[in-house]
Amino acid sequence: MKVSTEQLRSYILKDIAVISGENVVECYQCGKCTAACPVSKAMDILPHQVVRFLQLGMLDEVMESNTIWICASCFTCAGRCPRDVDVANIMEALRVILLRKRGVSRLKTEDVRLVFSEGMPEQGVVSAFRKFAR
Amino acid sequence: MRFSYYPGCTLKTTATELERSALKAAKALGIELVEQKEWQCCGAVFPLVRDEIAAFLSSIRSLAAARDAGEKLVTICAACHHVIKRTNHLIKTDTEVREKVNGYLQLETSYLGEGSVIHYLEMLRDELGFDELAQKIKQPLTGRKIAAYYGCLLLRPAAIMAFDNAENPRIIEDFLFALGATAVYYPYRTECCGVYLSLNNTQIATDMVEKIVSSAFSYGAEALVDACPLCHYNLLELQKKTPQGKPLLPVYYFTELLEEALGLKEQTAVRKDRK
Repeated sequence: MKVSTEQLRSYILKDIAVISGENVVECYQCGKCTAACPVSKAMDILPHQVVRFLQLGMLDEVMESNTIWICASCFTCAGRCPRDVDVANIMEALRVILLRKRGVSRLKTEDVRLVFSEGMPEQGVVSAFRKFAR
Repeated sequence: MRFSYYPGCTLKTTATELERSALKAAKALGIELVEQKEWQCCGAVFPLVRDEIAAFLSSIRSLAAARDAGEKLVTICAACHHVIKRTNHLIKTDTEVREKVNGYLQLETSYLGEGSVIHYLEMLRDELGFDELAQKIKQPLTGRKIAAYYGCLLLRPAAIMAFDNAENPRIIEDFLFALGATAVYYPYRTECCGVYLSLNNTQIATDMVEKIVSSAFSYGAEALVDACPLCHYNLLELQKKTPQGKPLLPVYYFTELLEEALGLKEQTAVRKDRK
């Protein structure tokens, strides 16, 4: 059996919906999430654009963006969304789908050696590994 | 007044000052915080995806143990509180998670979300009462202009954390009033400090901290007060990485000010490097 790229894409889009529990179709692109986001200026795709790309099924743009790795899970976007779309949950689902692939990890043990010795709390180190590595 | 107490990893290692001052103040207030015997790391972040059941187990073990003791569970670290509170909400509202977790844990009595977890600040506000606290203050912090920094984890998501109004909270300011201090309001008090981005995206986190600190400073604050070890680290350490290069404001845990106002220690000195 052959699985086409198109089919694979639609499977991943379904995965995102199931894992995040969010329905991107609800979003009407008001941009409040982006306006609320304290780290949007460092993102290559803005939070509301991530949702728009997902609505259009344009997965590669989203998966290759730096946005999902810059999102700090501060939950401000979700709190201000008038359509109850939790963008923080969507960002997490996107990260998780990439991280669960063998060999994909955004943080290495040697990256944290220095900050640990500088007094970075355990909470910070554990959080970072939970978010950026598997 | 007696509660089960969940400390978490950070309070036993880098944030010992937070735990020490919190326990000392609680004792002076006649509040007994009994540390749970077999608490485990909460995992530091609440899993935002719906299929990571294992990450909920340690929170449920602590919640169930507190329920068995017939006590509310008290947390001090904002991250632990966030994780345990959201896990409790999830197990109350999501049948599938409830069944899977209980199927795995095999507790004598299944845990269905009937326990309750409160943060130390909520304990002071809702169990003791800020009026009662104000009565017990021995060395009021009169004239001290202090800016509350809330961060994210205690406030959001507002409906689940139910801690305070997420856009315009007042619990820390009310706490400061009870201590006799002057609370300084400033626009960035609920803005994110950059969390773990300080580890691998230091510049972004530094920019965020600079906004928060310079905002509080420009509104006349003489110090910042917070309730989270990671916010505390970022606010202290990243201030040194801003273009100015030296800290604009000292940063205290809320419990350090409480300890001082209760007459349990000398006036908090401007803190130097933590190393």
